[in-house]
Amino acid sequence: MSSGNGSTTSQVTVSIDGHEVTVPLGQTILAACTAAGVDTPTICWAPNLTPVNVCRVCVVELEGSRTLVPACSRPAEDGMQISTDSERVRHSRRMVLEFLDSANDLSQATEITAWSQHYGADAGRYGSAVNDAAEVEISQVDDPVRIQDDLYIRAYDRCVLCYKCVEACGDDAQHTFAIAVAGRGFDARIRTEYDVELPESACVYCGNCVAVCPTGALQFRTEFDLRAVGEWRPDDQTVTRTVCSYCGVGCNLELHTQDDQIVKVTSPADHSVTSGHLCIKGRFGWQYVHAPAFEPPAADTSASEGPSPDNTGS
Amino acid sequence: MFGLGGGTCSYQEITETDVILLWGSNAREAHPIFFHHLLRGLDNGAAMYAVDPRRTSSAEFADVWLGLDVGTDIALSNTVAREIIARRMHNQSFIDHATTGFDAYAESVEPFTLDEGERLTGVPAEAIAEMAHTYATADRAQILWTLGITEHHTAVENVLSLCNLALLTGHVGRRGSGLVPLRGQNNVQGGGDMGALPDRLPGFQPLTDPQVRARYESTWGCELNPVPGKHLTAMFDAMEAGELRALYVIGENPADSEANVAHARKLLEGLDLLVVQDISLTRTARMADVVLPAAAGWASSEGTVTSSERRVQRVRAAVPPQGDARDDVHIISELAAHMGTQWPATSAQELWDEMRSLSPLHGGMSWERLEASGGLQWPCPHDDHPGTEFLHSWLWEPDLDGRAPAPFSVVVHRPPAEALSEQFPLRLTTGRVLDSYNTGAQSAGYSSPIRSGDAIEISPADAADLGLAEGDTVRVSSPRGSVDMHVHVTDRLPTGLVFTTFHFPELVDANLLTNDAWDVRSGTAEFKAAAVRIDPLPAATAATGGTFGTAAAGSTSGVAAAGGAGG
Amino acid sequence: MADLHFSDAEPTASERRAVLAALSVTSERDGAVVFEHPRVVRAGMQRRRQLRHQLLPALHALQREAGWISPGGLNFVGRTLGVPPAEAYGVATFYEMFRTEAPAHELSVRHVCVDPICALAGAAPLAEHLRSQGHAVHEGPCLGQCERAPATFIQGRREPDRVPADGSGPDSLLVSLTATTPEAPSLLRHMIGRDRDHSDPVSIQVYRERGGGAALDAALRLGTDEVIAQVTAAGLSGRGGAAFPTGIKWRAVADGDGPKHVVANIDESEPGTFKDRLLCELDPLAIIESIAVAGLTVGAEHGWIYIRGEYPLATQRLRHAIAQARSAGWLGDDAAGSGQPFDIELRRGAGAYICGEETALFNSLEGFRGEPRNKPPFPTTHGLFGRPTVVNNPETLLNVNEILRIGPEAYRSVGTEGSPGTKLFCLSGHVGRPGLYEAPFGVSLGELLELAGGVQGTLAAVLLGGAAGSFVGPDAEALPLSLEDTRAAGTTLGSGPVMVFNDTADMSAVIERLAKFFRDESCGQCVPCRVGTVRQHELVTQIRRAGSPTEPQRELLGDIADAMGDASICGLGHTAASAVLSGMRLGLLEAQES
Repeated sequence: MSSGNGSTTSQVTVSIDGHEVTVPLGQTILAACTAAGVDTPTICWAPNLTPVNVCRVCVVELEGSRTLVPACSRPAEDGMQISTDSERVRHSRRMVLEFLDSANDLSQATEITAWSQHYGADAGRYGSAVNDAAEVEISQVDDPVRIQDDLYIRAYDRCVLCYKCVEACGDDAQHTFAIAVAGRGFDARIRTEYDVELPESACVYCGNCVAVCPTGALQFRTEFDLRAVGEWRPDDQTVTRTVCSYCGVGCNLELHTQDDQIVKVTSPADHSVTSGHLCIKGRFGWQYVHAPAFEPPAADTSASEGPSPDNTGS
Repeated sequence: MFGLGGGTCSYQEITETDVILLWGSNAREAHPIFFHHLLRGLDNGAAMYAVDPRRTSSAEFADVWLGLDVGTDIALSNTVAREIIARRMHNQSFIDHATTGFDAYAESVEPFTLDEGERLTGVPAEAIAEMAHTYATADRAQILWTLGITEHHTAVENVLSLCNLALLTGHVGRRGSGLVPLRGQNNVQGGGDMGALPDRLPGFQPLTDPQVRARYESTWGCELNPVPGKHLTAMFDAMEAGELRALYVIGENPADSEANVAHARKLLEGLDLLVVQDISLTRTARMADVVLPAAAGWASSEGTVTSSERRVQRVRAAVPPQGDARDDVHIISELAAHMGTQWPATSAQELWDEMRSLSPLHGGMSWERLEASGGLQWPCPHDDHPGTEFLHSWLWEPDLDGRAPAPFSVVVHRPPAEALSEQFPLRLTTGRVLDSYNTGAQSAGYSSPIRSGDAIEISPADAADLGLAEGDTVRVSSPRGSVDMHVHVTDRLPTGLVFTTFHFPELVDANLLTNDAWDVRSGTAEFKAAAVRIDPLPAATAATGGTFGTAAAGSTSGVAAAGGAGG
Repeated sequence: MADLHFSDAEPTASERRAVLAALSVTSERDGAVVFEHPRVVRAGMQRRRQLRHQLLPALHALQREAGWISPGGLNFVGRTLGVPPAEAYGVATFYEMFRTEAPAHELSVRHVCVDPICALAGAAPLAEHLRSQGHAVHEGPCLGQCERAPATFIQGRREPDRVPADGSGPDSLLVSLTATTPEAPSLLRHMIGRDRDHSDPVSIQVYRERGGGAALDAALRLGTDEVIAQVTAAGLSGRGGAAFPTGIKWRAVADGDGPKHVVANIDESEPGTFKDRLLCELDPLAIIESIAVAGLTVGAEHGWIYIRGEYPLATQRLRHAIAQARSAGWLGDDAAGSGQPFDIELRRGAGAYICGEETALFNSLEGFRGEPRNKPPFPTTHGLFGRPTVVNNPETLLNVNEILRIGPEAYRSVGTEGSPGTKLFCLSGHVGRPGLYEAPFGVSLGELLELAGGVQGTLAAVLLGGAAGSFVGPDAEALPLSLEDTRAAGTTLGSGPVMVFNDTADMSAVIERLAKFFRDESCGQCVPCRVGTVRQHELVTQIRRAGSPTEPQRELLGDIADAMGDASICGLGHTAASAVLSGMRLGLLEAQES
């Protein structure tokens, strides 16, 4: 009955680049790397999703293993000797980043492009569709942006198929399964059944897929529209944590505001109530805050249009 | 329950439980993120029984859906209890140790044989027996409910009948087992905790207790009226009797949200003075003599709210209030000042500190702790206390921690106040949908691609009987009024039951139909059971037209938080 | 569990019938959602979990009936099995044999293999010819009939699938170098279920009269520990390519908690491989017996056969054998009188090379996309349905029968110290008699080629191990074909394909096709393989057009190979560059002078 209460968790000790680090049993190599102060690139991993280890950018060299192993999903075991910066590791990480850059529009994937620079990835090595001497087309993910409603857009030319959206829509959180990976190989894409438009699918617009997307392939409409006019300014944004105004569950919200306007709503992945996930109301139902709530009576229109400077004294 | 007005479990525990009775709750749509926790429980192997007149989207996730007749919850729970006792599956040692009144209770449920249960509820005896056995023999089990239990004229008895089941089986006071009312609004728990009840002071302390009162009087430096006030429904009765002539409404839209709303509107219109403080110009506000524009608390104020798992969490101001709107505390303080009292403490933190000095439940929740943590769950009596995950572990202590045993309650099955008749042969029940909220004051402000509008949902058999097809326009009438709606035919409703939401009162005034018969103990009206008739309308005469969803999207004409019972 | 949301599309009556005939349920109201009473409906996670593995059979039924997976049909399957339509669509689009767009015709589809051996043998003209005859033609990957290239397979529309070449008498293609005495191991010589006079295999009565069932009797007599001890002592290793010690695998599963599974992996899709097809066609009862031996030995209750969708004859014969084994009491609640329950279910793949990878096979069988899982955890602890699972191919399983027949010592009397026993080799391409050959491990490549009638013309290269293997040149004829010798030589036996090319073959075209094969067959899950196989194919195509690789191109191919080999999830990615690189090193990418 009281299992898990107060019992001490057993620990494992692993060597990360020659430095020993101890983590609780069941934690991953990635957690051990973090504990050792080693920064590890990840794309498909998120703290609130089950690791799918598909992007392979977090691979590390494990002594005794024929191939590299994914840090994000491999449990740390006592005595593991791990290298995170060997030539093999750097090579594979560079190639993964190079592959993605050669196939996708990563212009909004700032974290990924930073790692690409770090590892010296050069997607130009593969030539391009236009200037290749041998006239062999270099395949790229080409998919026009889909704008089907006012809440979010999908730009699959940015999609690196990290599976996060599928997981968030599926059994890691929402259990709606409106989207899945369809097709195979390089032609695999995130799709609804028969690629029907979102409002015709099972989608319930929780936006949890958008929240976990690492490349901007899924983007809130507010952000998309602001970017379109050059007004998306992350450096000018403030994040305020509060609690959702709808039902009584108590979901924590992070209100991203720019120029005193809410431009995006997320939830902290480490909060016990939401694990970073929200519903349509919490995610999108904030617009009324900025609506002119009180139409002033007709006789009184001069008084209170907009934010008047003398409000505070009233 | 058992002296505290809060759910006994934490959300985490639903992921660890073995059996879930989801009773009168469509949490998939009304509490979506709690439902994520519940889904994890199902993933972990929990069995779920959904008790609901409708086969809701929540019920789809259940192993078994039991479609009882509206308003027969007590008949069902008493039948479950009798079956558990008859099979000797009750937890006798727990009953002996921690409860009183078992014999009288057992006697009271004795007439509720499985056959009688089936007759009263419409649910086959075998399914009732199966649920009873599964619940009773589970290692850990929870009962969850929402307004399907409380929006009845038997609201409190409905709740007590579920508490009885937990006492009968010992499924309370242990990790993973318990009784969980899911709160409908983001601070309905906190409001009650803070004394926004006719008979309570902050900390859920009884107004009628002279010692409690004395502590507050000494801190507040004034004398308190020891007579409990009136709850919302009683206020309307008082208006009707001419005893109540002035009303100050804060964040409530009774002109849309009350049952039998035409009657409520008439009473509001008859007041000498109506003051409304709200975030938008609701229908109630438009009737008011004075409107005090308020800021949206969760986005423009500092303070706290308390969730269904008794978790007190900080809300913070992220954007300035619109126009002349002001924070609620600011408005009330200004009013007090105008009335001649200058309150010393006006910041959220100062108010909080005063409150926790008076409420033992909150004593240990310093502002700093609330800021630093992801919230704290009451009771949290002192600074080193981690907060309380689940309530009533004292039931399992050798000496009951010095407390009185928990009483069984004898509860009597009473059918809905409004019986079906030849003139009104269909049962109407109401509820929420995923993307909308109450009377729409907030949720009408965004453009939802899945907004359906208020249709009248009807079973295929009834639709066939009435010659109705999907999308037809009909007039729905109860003894109190009529509204026009589109028809949505769905096999999620059993024959004889129709359903609608109440999210779009400007388009479909669903509460013209609902019954204002109310529970004397909670003041909750019977939103869940009215008798109605459906008459086909030629499309041209319909008072409502177009797609409700599109019409509502982006409009600011929606209205503030609805009444409902809030559990 | 999911919010099941379906479009208005409805199935046709025939689609509905076809799906229900393929499933364990009798109506869509008795599947994932059971409408028991107007006031009682059963649904929930357990039901859906129990039904999900029937997705692939349901999709097969739709495809055969309608020629595609229509939205109405998919909705019906989804409703009945409780599978969200997006997921079912994701599964349907994973497989070569399923279409998700309406076909423009009502015809059965003729698949023509375009992989290297069939290409050499005239696949392209064959496809052209069939098209000109008005057939619907689909050019695709290896069909597992390399001994009779060019291969075709007819995917039936409202008729059973079939292979035109079936029944043309494979006997002359089966040669065993081993088992000169009955005490020596030989899979091919001891094929007792094979009727030498007729095309059909024998009945279970005849099978028993000839000594069939002895392995099962021995297994029951010896018991779990002794069977595993003998398998271990015999040094048996898996014949699918990874060569994992079978005894260790069985021990681990025997030690695990139930429920447990045994899976016969008959999804051999490696270009150049066709051995398991022939074993199943010719001696299906022996396969069933060997699966029962594995199941009863490790204490599994559930046996599964996952067989290539392109093997209709083997499928039909295995199904027949399962039915016979059930009526003979080998399978059932008290399997072979063991007191244990054990039964076998057969599942057809639908065209995906990756599903031969054991964890991809599990996902496919469970009704998910055939994407491999990361290992660890290994199948011995987390296999099919997350339970301890033995997965072996028929050749491996039949070797267990041989070990139980003659004992581990006699078994080790052939082969090498490091590779005891025999190996089945699939000879194809430019040899006198393409076919299935059994030889002791350690036989030289030259001996094997001689056995197969010698090389036709001048040997240019041999591809050992199939697409996932590597090229060796004419100088490799002395190479002993054992696990250890091939490993030392930097090549592999894989599952046993030996593809022979003489100097008339356009080797750069062969290599480009192999690169294309991996590009097409990569499941797309992990980045190194999904993009790496594409970039590799593009590079090979560029090189081929230019006539020879530049130094940066060589370097880039090496870089791609290293990343795929080091960072991919599964063996497909790990080996996807092997043939290309080995071919480049042998100079096979250089333009030929002719």
